[in-house]
Amino acid sequence: MLIKDGKRVDGRKPDELRPIKIEAGVLYRADGSCYLEWGGNKIMAAVYGPREALPRHIQDPTKALVNARYNMASFSVEERKRPGPDRRSIEISKVTSEALESVIFTELFPRTVIDISIEVLDAEAGTRCAGITAAGVALADAGIPMRDIPVACAAGKVDGTIVLDLTSEEDQEGEADLPIAIAPRTEEILLLQMDGHMSYKEFEEALELAIKGCKEIAKLQRKALLNKYKTFEVG
Amino acid sequence: MMRKIVLPGSVVGNAKGKIAGKGVFKEGDKLYSSRLGILEEKGKVVNVIPLSGVYDPNVGDTVIGVIQEVFKNAWIVDINAPYPALLNMEDAPWKMEYGETAKYLKVGDVIVALIKLVDEARNVEITMKGKPCRKIEDGIIIEVQPSKIPRIIGKNASMLNILKKYTQCWIFIGQNGRIWIKGEDEKVNLLIKAIRRIEKEAHTFGLTERIIKMLGG
Amino acid sequence: MEIPEVKRLSAVKRDHLARLAKERKRPDGRKPDEYRPIKIERNVIKKAEGSARVKIGNTLVLAGIKLEIGEPYPDSPEEGAMTTYVELPPLASPEFEPGPPTPDAIELARVVDRGIRESDYIKLDKLCIEPGEKVWIVFIDIHVLDYDGNLFDACSLAASAALQNAIIPNERYDLGENQPLPVGSPPVSCTFVKYEDFIVIDPCLEEEEIAQARFTVALDKNGDIRAMQKGLKGSFTIDEIKNNIKRAQIQAKKIRKLLEE
Repeated sequence: MLIKDGKRVDGRKPDELRPIKIEAGVLYRADGSCYLEWGGNKIMAAVYGPREALPRHIQDPTKALVNARYNMASFSVEERKRPGPDRRSIEISKVTSEALESVIFTELFPRTVIDISIEVLDAEAGTRCAGITAAGVALADAGIPMRDIPVACAAGKVDGTIVLDLTSEEDQEGEADLPIAIAPRTEEILLLQMDGHMSYKEFEEALELAIKGCKEIAKLQRKALLNKYKTFEVG
Repeated sequence: MMRKIVLPGSVVGNAKGKIAGKGVFKEGDKLYSSRLGILEEKGKVVNVIPLSGVYDPNVGDTVIGVIQEVFKNAWIVDINAPYPALLNMEDAPWKMEYGETAKYLKVGDVIVALIKLVDEARNVEITMKGKPCRKIEDGIIIEVQPSKIPRIIGKNASMLNILKKYTQCWIFIGQNGRIWIKGEDEKVNLLIKAIRRIEKEAHTFGLTERIIKMLGG
Repeated sequence: MEIPEVKRLSAVKRDHLARLAKERKRPDGRKPDEYRPIKIERNVIKKAEGSARVKIGNTLVLAGIKLEIGEPYPDSPEEGAMTTYVELPPLASPEFEPGPPTPDAIELARVVDRGIRESDYIKLDKLCIEPGEKVWIVFIDIHVLDYDGNLFDACSLAASAALQNAIIPNERYDLGENQPLPVGSPPVSCTFVKYEDFIVIDPCLEEEEIAQARFTVALDKNGDIRAMQKGLKGSFTIDEIKNNIKRAQIQAKKIRKLLEE
């Protein structure tokens, strides 16, 4: 029983997000960075670039390449993960790169690459969404020109109920998981994956809920970026 | 008090009455910011002055570069941009024969140069023919965020003059975020601290007074 | 850390650092035996059995301890095992590229490992579950987050601090209650670099960029030597090495106090 009296195992209502904390510009070397805590997730994202894409033969003469890399630290999961990319990380890196590229004005920087590094330091379900959300903040922090700041969130089906922001338990025992990433201003879908079993109506409900969640998180992203520059208020 | 800070995707105006300037794009009937920066309206033009980001080379900019590679008739120069710059031997301030390039500038040498050319594929050429251009042989070079250079110079060089006055250091500013400084060790350290503070607080009001105070004015 | 020549040091910077070195001054104003501010935070990763985040100046590293049950080595059937791994992810420096561990990362991991192993910091003989069959394997995973010089000391400190608060996850394997990982006294590592005949402790990034030689020594609580490593292509004289160790003995005491807080 994952839902009892309208409450989930961790006490949340079906449409409630886990607590989220976002900090922009936390690293010294990176051009842009973001540290994000989302439930039990701890993510560090950093951006380098645009910088010269090398070797030269990979350069695109018309635009910047966007290269996101999602990686989990060995100690971030209950059973130690062997270091290095596995198939899951490679797939997540790919869909993340594609999601981020759609909002970046890549034509402004031909022949370059924008490198985004997402490290999961502590994992608790929803790491790919947390990664994209952190990457969006890091990109803005780095001064990468974008149409919007990308944000991501997942919805799912648990005990027949559509819920927002699944925990590990809900992800494992539930009936469906739908992570999405959007450009919050226009609600354009940048990333969408699904596994499980949902009727069309359930999907519509889950999508609406996930978009609502994304928009709430987008507010937190903007707050974090503005906060970085607020500490010197005078007069 | 703070200037208005906008983010990528923030609405910055109506497309009907205003024109999209730097860091601004048009979508439908509105203008939006593409950058994290400060909103600036100059008549009809809406600009967003970025608070961060790489140096984007413009023709005419004065830059401080580091020689990366030496060819028989040219050098490749790191100008702190996503694009390396080419310096042809004809554009050097010395007369030389083919193959003599290494005699004048070798890897690691630092120069002041001007951006001569930037094409659509962002190939950049620089020249050392021009008043400020020279080889830098002393002092130190510090790197700041290129987006903060205008604030370090200030309106009519007001901030730059304050820095020079109170530290008595030689200060030469490259548009590409590199600054050449010469002076007494202690004064240089104080100057660097002041510059770092300007970097951090570039977007706030009252900065000039705070810097004067910090430098002992 | 070997940094590619191109795009790194300008002649002006080299000359400036050389001039300062002749006057026994460092680019950030520190004394030759002065460490940058050190900050240690423990228990920062929930999923790990032990963890610590260490900052030395702007250098930031995160160490996580994971324990798994495995087979003992045939020559030590009643002892647990330990292994150390360092990851240099691209986010920590514009020069780090994704891929298998570089020789730098491997050297870092092995030097940190040696310090811990030779100090008998982890009581491996207390990690036996079934002699010859099952023992606890301790994984020390260090994740560098921000590289601004001196990864050797930052990684060693993070590993030591993470092991200090580590637990044996008995409950996960139905072996009873969780217990603290049995540890002795931690090693403390001190790293020096030499440039222009100037030997300084805790090199910042700029100093590492022109360093000709590097020396790391791990000391125990009595000031005895447990591990050493000389690195890079330059050399030290015998007196310089001896002097480094003496200098380390003094500085290590201060760092040990931080670990004991």
